[in-house]
Amino acid sequence: MYFLKRLAFLPGLMLLISFLAFVLVRWAPGGPFDRERKPASPEIERALQARYHLDEPVVKQYVRFLRGLVRGDFGASLKYRNHTVADIIAQGLPVSLTLGLLAFGFALGVGVPAGFYSAMWRGKWRDYGISLLTLLAVCVPGFVVGPILVMVLAVRWGVFPPALWETPRHVVLPTLSLGLYFAGKVARLLREGMGQTMQMEFINTARAKGLSETAVLLKHALRLAILPVVSYAGPMLADLLTGSFVVENLFQIPGIGVFLVNSSLSRDYPMVVGLVLLYALLLLVLNLVVDLGYRLLDPRVRYE
Amino acid sequence: MKPEHLTPDQQAWRRFRSHRGALVGAWFVAFFMLVTLVGPAVWPYRPDAISDLQFDAPTLRHWFGTDVHGRDLLARVLHGARISLGVGALGAGVSLVIGVLWGALAGYVGGRADSLMMRVVDILYALPSIVFVIVLLTALNGLVERGEARGLSGDTAKTLQWLGLFAGLGAVSWLTMARIVRGQVLSLRTRPFVEASRALGASHARILLRHILPNVAGVVIVYLALTVPAVILYESFLSYLGLGIQPPQASLGSLIAEGATQINPLRTYWWIIVFPAGTLVTALLALNFLGDGLRDAFDPRSGRGG
Repeated sequence: MYFLKRLAFLPGLMLLISFLAFVLVRWAPGGPFDRERKPASPEIERALQARYHLDEPVVKQYVRFLRGLVRGDFGASLKYRNHTVADIIAQGLPVSLTLGLLAFGFALGVGVPAGFYSAMWRGKWRDYGISLLTLLAVCVPGFVVGPILVMVLAVRWGVFPPALWETPRHVVLPTLSLGLYFAGKVARLLREGMGQTMQMEFINTARAKGLSETAVLLKHALRLAILPVVSYAGPMLADLLTGSFVVENLFQIPGIGVFLVNSSLSRDYPMVVGLVLLYALLLLVLNLVVDLGYRLLDPRVRYE
Repeated sequence: MKPEHLTPDQQAWRRFRSHRGALVGAWFVAFFMLVTLVGPAVWPYRPDAISDLQFDAPTLRHWFGTDVHGRDLLARVLHGARISLGVGALGAGVSLVIGVLWGALAGYVGGRADSLMMRVVDILYALPSIVFVIVLLTALNGLVERGEARGLSGDTAKTLQWLGLFAGLGAVSWLTMARIVRGQVLSLRTRPFVEASRALGASHARILLRHILPNVAGVVIVYLALTVPAVILYESFLSYLGLGIQPPQASLGSLIAEGATQINPLRTYWWIIVFPAGTLVTALLALNFLGDGLRDAFDPRSGRGG
């Protein structure tokens, strides 16, 4: 019931978000046609504005946008004139999705075992070593990891290609650069969750039953301790799937990550709104999925 | 022996002082601040002094080497670190003020206003913050340019631009703080000591300021300590995009971006990326250590030791 209610709120939320994004980008000074043909005559500019209905009041433009949206039309890009927003997103999205899913898999595949192992040896040198490494992963920004990986693994040793998106070997460095931060974050969340869980009564009960320490950790503690990771997984996946500016820019990957920043900078209004809507939809839906998963893992959780 | 009686805050500080990682972090942060404050005055080179000595590897004269314009890299890193730390502190400060006010108000007033204010937070969460920041920064640049056209001096304009950057970063990082504070206030609001105070006729402002906020302080300090490195990271990302600190000024992020452009198969000027990046990472590590220690000390639920 609760989830149906939240699902029912979704369209309204999306509408509000789309309006906010719509108004926000138009409110910023400058326009989409500032940079081209610098001495563009006022007539040309006015004609362009009229062609894209930018001379109308914002609310009227928004209604026009909504009408298009019903037909699945997000409008035309103002910078890449011959393409619609939907086209551009449809072209780049598969690449960003692939890279994002790979990085997501890497983050969980490395982060969860690392966090678990760290918690297993809590307070011992293995724990300190791993904790230092995961903290390092969280502290080193992608635009540092990427160039260093390229410098060492691609330029020096030539193990992997330095850029582009073609063979499976091209995938490795971008996945690492993108996923490392999230792997560190996941490991830290899990370690902390384990720390809190291990102080609970039911752990003592499990131990008193004579279970081995591994069984206590794996079967009893992990299930509860993984909850912070689960709730982080929603926003993390939304972030990863919509592409990363740094990684796509560095490795010249044709995804959609570069467009959010570039379109905001060049005032490509329809592009920005389309991308914001995509991100918001992913985030809201994934958060809903996360809450559902929460209930499966922890039956005590009740939503009003 | 007389039993010692400590308030929870005193206990927390005691836990903090026995936390090795936190102490190392705290000392490191202090050392960092000292070096970035004193360093530029002591080091003989200026960060913007151009020379013919381009891409000179680290030597005794130029400890961190020189960059594309022959500028001393150590001087630039010192300066950049000062700017990055300043942005982090002020940006976190702005997020603190907005987040605490918003969260405390929502939690204290409750009911309709609470759910409305929290829906606003939800919606802002779903908007990618980079769009916000870009719009805000360009709006601000427009204002500064107009100010300069009307005879505002360059320095004042630059300061304004800076303040705008802080405000912008604070304006996108207060959401989690608001959520945390609101949750705490919501549970404190119904506690007996608050009701007692209300029964005694205390005003809302007094209850909020004297009774509720001090009880939230521990959590707020912890989260604030973790916001500082987050803001520094965000600023360095913006500077990397060319949106943050403008040349000839530099922050650690823009120095790293400069270094990254010099990577190619023929020659690697490793020092122009390794030193700024190393400085940034060390600073972030220290700040995170400090934050983790504060959390272990102030949050009784978090696992002990480690």
